Amino acid sequence: MAASAMESKPPKEPSQTGQMLRETIFKLNPWTMLHNPVMFVVELGTLVTFWFTLSTPRGASRQYDGLVTIILFMTLVFATFAEAYAESRGRAQAASLRRTRAGARVRLLQPDGSWNWVEGETLRRGMRIRIEAGDTVVGDGVVIEGVGSMDESAITGESASVIKAPGDSVTGGTVMLSDQLTVEITTDPGETFLDRMIALVEGASRQKTPNEIALSALLGVLTLIFLLVVVTLGPIARYYGAHAVDTTTLVALLVCLIPTTIGALLSAIGIAGMNRVAKINVVAKSGRAVEASGDIDTLILDKTGTITIGNRMATEFLPVPGVSVERLAAASWMASLADTTPEGRSVVELAESIVKSADLHEPEGESVPFSAHTRMSGIDLNDGEKIRKGAVSAIANLVTDAPPELHAAADRVAHDGGTPLAVAIDNEALGVIRLKDIVKTGLKERFAEFRAMGIRTVMATGDNRITAEVIAQEAGVDEVLAEVDPEGKLALIQKEQSEGKLVAMTGDGTNDAPALAQADVGLAMNLGTMAAKEAGNMVDLDSNPTKLLDVVEVGKQLLITRGALTTFSIANDIAKYFAIVPAMFAAVPILHGLSALNIMGLKTPHGAILSALIFNALIIPALIPFAVKGVRYRPQSADRLLLRNIFNWGILGVIIPFIGIWGIDHVLGIFGLA
Amino acid sequence: MSVSTLATWAVVIGGLLLLCKPMGMYLYRVFTFQPTLLDRPLRPVENLIFRFLHVSRDTTMNAVEYGLAFVMTNMVWGIMAYVLLRFQGLLPFNPEHFHDLSAGLSFNTAASFVTNTNWQAYSGENTMSYFSQFGVLQFLQFVTPASGAAVGLAFIRGLSGRKLGNFFVDLTLVLTRVLLPLAVIFGLIFIALGVPDTLAPYLHLHTLAGQTQVVPRGPIAGWEAIEHLGQNGGGFTNANSASPLENPSALTNILQSIAMGLVPVSFFYLFGLFTGKKRLAWTLIAVAGTLYLTMLAMIYFPEVAGNPIVNAVGLHGHANMVGKEIRLGMGGTSIFETSTMAFTTGSVAAAQDSFLPIPGLAFFLGMFLNMVFGGKGVGLLNMLMFVILTIFLMGLMVGRTPEFLGKKIEAKEVSLTALAFLLHPLLILVGSALAVATPAGMAGVFNPGPHGLSEILYGFTSGAANNGSAMGGLAASLPFYEVSIGTVVIIARYASIMAMLLVGESLLYKKAVPQTSGTMRTDTPLFWGILLGSIVILNALTFFPVMALGPIAEHYLLLAHHLFA
Repeated sequence: MAASAMESKPPKEPSQTGQMLRETIFKLNPWTMLHNPVMFVVELGTLVTFWFTLSTPRGASRQYDGLVTIILFMTLVFATFAEAYAESRGRAQAASLRRTRAGARVRLLQPDGSWNWVEGETLRRGMRIRIEAGDTVVGDGVVIEGVGSMDESAITGESASVIKAPGDSVTGGTVMLSDQLTVEITTDPGETFLDRMIALVEGASRQKTPNEIALSALLGVLTLIFLLVVVTLGPIARYYGAHAVDTTTLVALLVCLIPTTIGALLSAIGIAGMNRVAKINVVAKSGRAVEASGDIDTLILDKTGTITIGNRMATEFLPVPGVSVERLAAASWMASLADTTPEGRSVVELAESIVKSADLHEPEGESVPFSAHTRMSGIDLNDGEKIRKGAVSAIANLVTDAPPELHAAADRVAHDGGTPLAVAIDNEALGVIRLKDIVKTGLKERFAEFRAMGIRTVMATGDNRITAEVIAQEAGVDEVLAEVDPEGKLALIQKEQSEGKLVAMTGDGTNDAPALAQADVGLAMNLGTMAAKEAGNMVDLDSNPTKLLDVVEVGKQLLITRGALTTFSIANDIAKYFAIVPAMFAAVPILHGLSALNIMGLKTPHGAILSALIFNALIIPALIPFAVKGVRYRPQSADRLLLRNIFNWGILGVIIPFIGIWGIDHVLGIFGLA
Repeated sequence: MSVSTLATWAVVIGGLLLLCKPMGMYLYRVFTFQPTLLDRPLRPVENLIFRFLHVSRDTTMNAVEYGLAFVMTNMVWGIMAYVLLRFQGLLPFNPEHFHDLSAGLSFNTAASFVTNTNWQAYSGENTMSYFSQFGVLQFLQFVTPASGAAVGLAFIRGLSGRKLGNFFVDLTLVLTRVLLPLAVIFGLIFIALGVPDTLAPYLHLHTLAGQTQVVPRGPIAGWEAIEHLGQNGGGFTNANSASPLENPSALTNILQSIAMGLVPVSFFYLFGLFTGKKRLAWTLIAVAGTLYLTMLAMIYFPEVAGNPIVNAVGLHGHANMVGKEIRLGMGGTSIFETSTMAFTTGSVAAAQDSFLPIPGLAFFLGMFLNMVFGGKGVGLLNMLMFVILTIFLMGLMVGRTPEFLGKKIEAKEVSLTALAFLLHPLLILVGSALAVATPAGMAGVFNPGPHGLSEILYGFTSGAANNGSAMGGLAASLPFYEVSIGTVVIIARYASIMAMLLVGESLLYKKAVPQTSGTMRTDTPLFWGILLGSIVILNALTFFPVMALGPIAEHYLLLAHHLFA
């Protein structure tokens, strides 16, 4: 139940349009607008030109003031629409999630064991509930008692059912299919993963990320500079007479110069970024984490389940000399009966195919679960025999003297890309079980792409060195760390971070929690323990560790989109100058020579200014698709990316407005406005 | 283009390119306190100074302390200069018996010289006693560029992950190891080449026509050396390096051009040595170099083509020699003018007022950018300001948080850098707007049409860029300009330096991220193009409208053969 489909159900919701349009208007409120200084300046400018429209006597000048006011207003509306549109897309996604628990009631367990129905909203951390077949889970929790199957398709989009046993976590919004569970609630209302996801995709709890803050600061100062340029231009132009330039034109110039394009789209880009993360079924607890994933230098990946297909299968028993295959198989069978992992079950199955069932007796004793410390599991039989199965190095330490053949067999298995598991009874090493690992398809190519982007992949596994290296080579990772325990992983992360690197990792176990918390990006698996989910800053609902690669790409795309639209916004200004500067001083005879700068051949001064302003407004909706979907992105080295984006957004950003303004001027000409 | 022009350019440009590496390496050794040849004679002297100041080579300051030390020291020098100029009449070495300076002129001159601007609202030979020249102004010409260089050093140290250092140690070492030795060498060469250096009174000569001509002289050769080595630019006489007393020959012209660029260009290389990124240093040198060559072309070619109106009356083939010195020629004049605007020296070898509009635009370009090598240390600071802005604007497009030298550039650095960038247009545009909008400002304008506006803009730009050259034609000695430009030079100098020092310190304490193939490279031809592009675009966006009203409008009027009565 590790890998699963990545596509989610496209959540469709009617009547979003109405709310979206309402939001578009509400967002025009100057108080709301204040958080976006660029658009706030546009709003002030609109008020100024509106006042001029009202106060100017009738005539061509009033018509011009009026047109400028309308275009400025449209610029504002386009900006608020972009944000509302991005939010509505998130809301659509959230609505279907929210529906899953509307009005849900749960069976609250009383201390005496009885239960009664309560409203889902009243659940608090620490309460215990009972879930029966057909119930929808409300709130996140941990299974205390019982085993049962669960449909998690509401949040993962994966239709296969999942078995839940004590210690497993359950997620709000999922539906119990069979049997019954006792669950302890681990979150208060409003804090469940579902709530967080809803809040994030809707943009409600979106906080500006560090990068966004820095960009906003820069946009703010740029706006201040252009404000300064335009405000001082008035008095300086008075050198040529009191009426050298009119205020409406100065406002138009100001709005054209300040980075309205990126200013209007900045929050939409951020919201859409959260959306894209949610689309790949990852719940990010903050936008910061998504952005950080674009900056990742090192990916620490598990081998099993991440690089290889999760289920390693036992394919062969390799006994040491003097031990029969049957004895090894029988011992392995007994050691694995309590092991419910796919590996454990595959050992049981293999043993049963070798040893006749009549010779296999249900052992009596106490099973010893696997621990990351001992790296062994097994059973203590009632007759005193201790059967252990585990990592070869762990078994070798356990027995008094391991025969060299044990290591030889283990090395042989590892060389073939398999994982050896050693088996011992008391002090005697019996042999090795061969577990086969298969690298997921397409991973090698992706790792190569990541290398080109400057991201190092480190495979950290508890397996022995040789096994690890064979898989590492097959998958093409940059570095491999074998035989690491969770503390080792934590140390690895700290070491990388001390070199200034940003580290991402995935994990699911409770003992992964410290490392998940330490990593800059910690992607926890939804099937993992609650501790892991709390420690990480993202949760993958599909529990597919390979998803980390997608998250990194979303993060990068988010940053690139911001940079591209900023560059485009500033590059656009050049053409606007060539349109407006010759036009704005047209009334001054001594400055007529400046008409030589009108290289676009715009027909009239007012037409030129209106064309530039209309272009400035229209480019916002034109770029909404890029803001929402992200600019096209292919993993490659920084230099190549930069070259391509500089051309697409920088150089074309200079050229496109020349064509656009020229075209708009011609259209205005048809209506007699230019 | 004549052979002599090409040869002049080749010697200046080639000389700077050849000298910047050894000079940079020498500076590196001095400021990382490694042994150099000059240790033997100078170390005891320096140790004495350090003991007197209670500092030692290994102490360090934080950005605020360093900045305050810089500002406070400058303030003391400024007040000292003000007082000494106010009471010039009481002081010795005044053979021509010049009077005390007025309060406004004393303030303007003190502010201008203490900020390394050297804007002169007076003419030296008619105003300043020898003591004021060498005891006050020349003293400032040594210490103020030295303190600017010290700040540049602190910034470089911060970027390269070192402690900022001690202001007083740096100041002392720039003086003892760089400026004084170089000034001695250049001063002696200038004396050998005929520049006067004396304390004797002005010469009264009887001309053939039977009249008496007064030839001013004084301790000029030493002044010329530090005037150019320190990118000071204040002339001993009003005509500055156009005067044969200051710049007698083509050779002194070349040497002064080299002297201006020597330390600023070396500072770029020094930056490469400190950070271990020599390719980055060469990339930055290439960017500034490209802009330098652009300015040179913008100055030389229109002037050689001549004035269109003069051409129209049939006098084809004559360069626009109005206001130029024939002994320097157009080649020598253009390289000197380019250097003085690029290195923000502000000395002039011709009358700025007589240049055509396009060369005028090139003068503005040098001062707007203020980083075409710029003044030593400070120019590099401005260049790095643009580098940080460019990296932030473009760097996002590689899909990572932008970083420079491995340090992430975040809100704090971006805001400070952008504010430092904002300051320049703020001072220029607000100052000019004030001048145009007030009768007091307009009273100083004598030329009609766009040229008059250009002169106002030039005055404030020169002040804000701490350049100090004047276009002329503007009555700069009016109280309005003395006070407004004096204020502009002070804010321009200290506010942006403080902001950049804080940026340097903030980067110093950030953890460096190792460079990978996912990092945006800053030492490639691609980055050269991007940096050049963003520098030009950012400045064009800021200054295009006022340039359209000034030099650009004048250019089209000239093409239209418009004459002002």
